[in-house]
Amino acid sequence: MKKSFATVAVLATLATTAMAEVPQAVKARQGQFNIMALNLGILGGMAKGQVEYNAEAAQAAADSLVAVSMIHQTALWPEGTDADSIEGTRALPAIWANIDDVVAKWGAFGEAAKAMQAAAGQGQDQIGPNMGAIGGSCKGCHDTYRAPQ
Amino acid sequence: MRRILKLLVAAAVIGVAVGLWLTAPDRVAPERFASLSGDVAAGEKVFTASGCASCHHVPGAEDKLILAGGMAFPSDFGTFYAPNISPDPSAGIGDWKVIDLANAVMKGVSPKGQHYYPAFPYNAYNKMTDQDVADLFAYLQSLPADATPSKPHDVGFPFNIRRSLGGWKLLFFSDDYVMDVPADLERGRYLVEAQAHCAECHTPRNALGGLDTSRWMAGAPNPSGKGTIPALTPDKLTWSAEDVAYYLESGFTPEYDSVGGHMAEVVDNFAHLSAEDRAAVAAYVKALPAPKADTSGSSSY
Repeated sequence: MKKSFATVAVLATLATTAMAEVPQAVKARQGQFNIMALNLGILGGMAKGQVEYNAEAAQAAADSLVAVSMIHQTALWPEGTDADSIEGTRALPAIWANIDDVVAKWGAFGEAAKAMQAAAGQGQDQIGPNMGAIGGSCKGCHDTYRAPQ
Repeated sequence: MRRILKLLVAAAVIGVAVGLWLTAPDRVAPERFASLSGDVAAGEKVFTASGCASCHHVPGAEDKLILAGGMAFPSDFGTFYAPNISPDPSAGIGDWKVIDLANAVMKGVSPKGQHYYPAFPYNAYNKMTDQDVADLFAYLQSLPADATPSKPHDVGFPFNIRRSLGGWKLLFFSDDYVMDVPADLERGRYLVEAQAHCAECHTPRNALGGLDTSRWMAGAPNPSGKGTIPALTPDKLTWSAEDVAYYLESGFTPEYDSVGGHMAEVVDNFAHLSAEDRAAVAAYVKALPAPKADTSGSSSY
């Protein structure tokens, strides 16, 4: 009795794991957003004065943001990987219905990242305004295309 | 028998009369606004803090100051559509007087005396000062007009009977503040409770769509679909006051995730307020008490 209960429990766990398996493309796109967040954190900490300004570290973080902006996005967003179709994503189906708008907004992030790249090494006071611009580009997409938690 | 019938009829007539009296639209006394004059620049601040454009701008439009409406707000009672509040005289509010706006935002009543649905957050705006409403009126009238007609709400019986909203107001309409605060938190409370109407999404609702003030800002299901609107109460929110203020300015969480959903529009507004106002809102949020235990079983909005 105890044994069969344990078997069922193990099977159930395996089943849940299998179901919760997030497609690689979704992991990859979430990974790129995590890289963004990590580097924005470095820049934001300096902008707020919580971390001492370091031109080299600021430049590296800004360069990384630009690098992320250059990743081709097509492979990361296959059809059927929206929040209505699978677990583990907050990407709304509206993304696939308005792909031109999404691409334009991704481009706006790239522009904002480039501006940060040009400014980040020039001094602590250069970071704040560019953080605002990058934040604006994040919002621009997230207000319509990402579900709340 | 006949006598009983007579009594019953009389009781029914009285019942209906009392019902009509109780659900009749209440209005602002016009004298309150007779001598006030509105200031456009001050009104812009009221407009931004109150988030008018966030709901009344045309969905997807670049210019968020054309307030032709059309944004959809799904709920358990049907789908509401934000109306045209641009200064067009027929499609919008171009022919309104300041008292009409006062009745709309402070009483939830249209110029023709109809109740508005509480999707329009007049239960927050009713705490605004008269001067702020007069300033807001001046600013709204300075915006571009647009002739797009308002889209009718898609609301089924019995919620489509506007008069029944008088009953809703009897139960839930209140211009008293929810939280008692010391003097140094009053500005933050005014911004949160009277203008930015944060509770409309961050507080769970009861079965009749009234805010459950015992669970003030304790988080709630997302009225527009997937996910939940996060709690701001200290049992859940671990951010510092500085984190809250920076989020309202930049849209970045302490982990440098970015704001999303309708809150992105709210951050757009707060980013245009002063640093003092953002700090005041953050101080209010950090002063929120932990909510009472959830006894409702479900907070189905």
